[in-house]
Amino acid sequence: MNARLATLGVSAARTELESRDRPNREKLTSATEAVHRLVRDGAVIGVGGTNHARTPMALLIEVLRQGRTGLTLARPLSCFEAELFLAAGMADRVMTSWVGIGHGWGLAPVLRHLVETGQATFEEWSHLGIGLRYKAGAMGVPYLPTMSMLGSDIDRRLELAKVTCPYTGQQLNAVPSLNPDVALLHVQRADTLGNAQIDGYELMDSDLALAARSVILSAEEIVATGELRRDPGRTVIPGFAVDAVVHQPMGAYPHECYGHYEADIAEFSAYMQAVKSGGVDGARAYVSALVAHPDHDAYLASIDPARLSAVRRTAEEMLRQ
Amino acid sequence: MMESATKIADGQRHSLQHPDAKPDEIMTIAASRLLEDGKVLFAGIGQPLVAAAIAKRRQAPQLTVLLEGGMIGVELAPGELPASTNEVRAAIGAQMFTGATDIFLMAQRGYFDYGFIGVAQVDQYGNVNTSVVGDIAKPRVRLPGPGGANDIASMCNQVVVVTQHEPRRFVEHVDFVTSPGFLTGGTSRRDSGLLYGGPRWVVTDLALLDFAPDSHRMRLRALQPGVTVDKVQAATGFELLVHEDVDVLAPVTDDELALLRHLVGASEDDNEEAAG
Repeated sequence: MNARLATLGVSAARTELESRDRPNREKLTSATEAVHRLVRDGAVIGVGGTNHARTPMALLIEVLRQGRTGLTLARPLSCFEAELFLAAGMADRVMTSWVGIGHGWGLAPVLRHLVETGQATFEEWSHLGIGLRYKAGAMGVPYLPTMSMLGSDIDRRLELAKVTCPYTGQQLNAVPSLNPDVALLHVQRADTLGNAQIDGYELMDSDLALAARSVILSAEEIVATGELRRDPGRTVIPGFAVDAVVHQPMGAYPHECYGHYEADIAEFSAYMQAVKSGGVDGARAYVSALVAHPDHDAYLASIDPARLSAVRRTAEEMLRQ
Repeated sequence: MMESATKIADGQRHSLQHPDAKPDEIMTIAASRLLEDGKVLFAGIGQPLVAAAIAKRRQAPQLTVLLEGGMIGVELAPGELPASTNEVRAAIGAQMFTGATDIFLMAQRGYFDYGFIGVAQVDQYGNVNTSVVGDIAKPRVRLPGPGGANDIASMCNQVVVVTQHEPRRFVEHVDFVTSPGFLTGGTSRRDSGLLYGGPRWVVTDLALLDFAPDSHRMRLRALQPGVTVDKVQAATGFELLVHEDVDVLAPVTDDELALLRHLVGASEDDNEEAAG
């Protein structure tokens, strides 16, 4: 089996959990403090959301601001946030089924350059492959069986182990669990203990939260626990799985947060323009400008307010369709 | 089984395609006609979603369309083409949101009749590459990767490949099997553990193709109006089998074209700009 797949096993993740003090306490803090405490060099970061939905941008930009090395970004579908880390030299590996800017934007230019020149690794999985890695991690089992990736060169390249069903003899792929070192998530609402509700599509976030060894959660709104109690069926992440809670309105900007704002396409254009004119250096300059803002609120304050209100308005209109 | 249920041609020998229809419109409309009412379709962004929306407004009002973001029963809002399978425009009209892992597990369970995928390269057994041009270890072009396509190709009952018909796409050997078709033909797909499904149709701007029984080699099944067998073969980088009774597809109709353009957006160029 491929040695790279032998990550920290679920039993080690469980032992770690059992030895950790996890009081049901206030976890509200700043992105600066949470990232400083919980994101280490060399970490495998499970990035919440998918493509440009509920990307934990404020938290990711804070990681870029503080600077880390040797990161791996795991995500079912990746957007240009992955490019920012690759361009800045902070990540050298993505673990994903897809990297792109969005339909119609063309190929991801920085990823292309760095992978084609051997400077970064695209560890390619199927979409379900990533999902089952998180799910196995969340379930506390070392692997899950699936038909996903069978017969493909993705399977061949990952050197996935096969299992034979003890009842039927069916051959299946054994997808190894993944317990990322840290998960970064952005949700619509949470209390200060980390109990979190997601509106719209949950994607893979609750599995990722339960699988990860530590979790930083940012939320559009911080609410009293009593408010969550009014509709507990909508709470998808339990506070006991969360290490830090950050209150960050528009914390997924320039990506979308369902019900609050849609993606700001103008910012995608600005990024692509930077790369078009300056290549990887252009992407680095974009990152430098981004992290020059002291925090996410300052970044938001630098954006034309008309653009911000437009993405908020569209998100509301879409819900009425 | 599906061939008898799906009427792929109208029995006439059309020599002229609709003069205003562009290649991508021709294949989107041809794909829309394959979809039967009451079925469940795993769609992707762009042409698959538009094809599904056309079918829902014509022969298949009870077609359930779902997307890998976990949105089930979506309705494309005219002029609001999503830029991603994971965004608010892809969620309009949904009757259910489920997890992204769960939606693929439903595919594995066997609920999804159709799965639509696109290609950078496709070979004679319907294997699809969307990963790299060149050697995976040192790619000449690193492409985006499978997204949901590997799972769709592995698990949906009938996979429909929609692509422009060009020699650089229809290749003897794909550089990388991102999404499995019939692998090396014969029983190889089943032998690999993929017990179900497989490529059913390949829809292009030139033709409709299927796969011969047993060998599972790609076979020309019907021509787009005004296209010859030779022209299709010339645009294909491997030897095609040709069905003994090659049909000619009906030309795109005014109604279909108007509907497609309405769905894509009144100001089509602006819309493409917005989608990237």
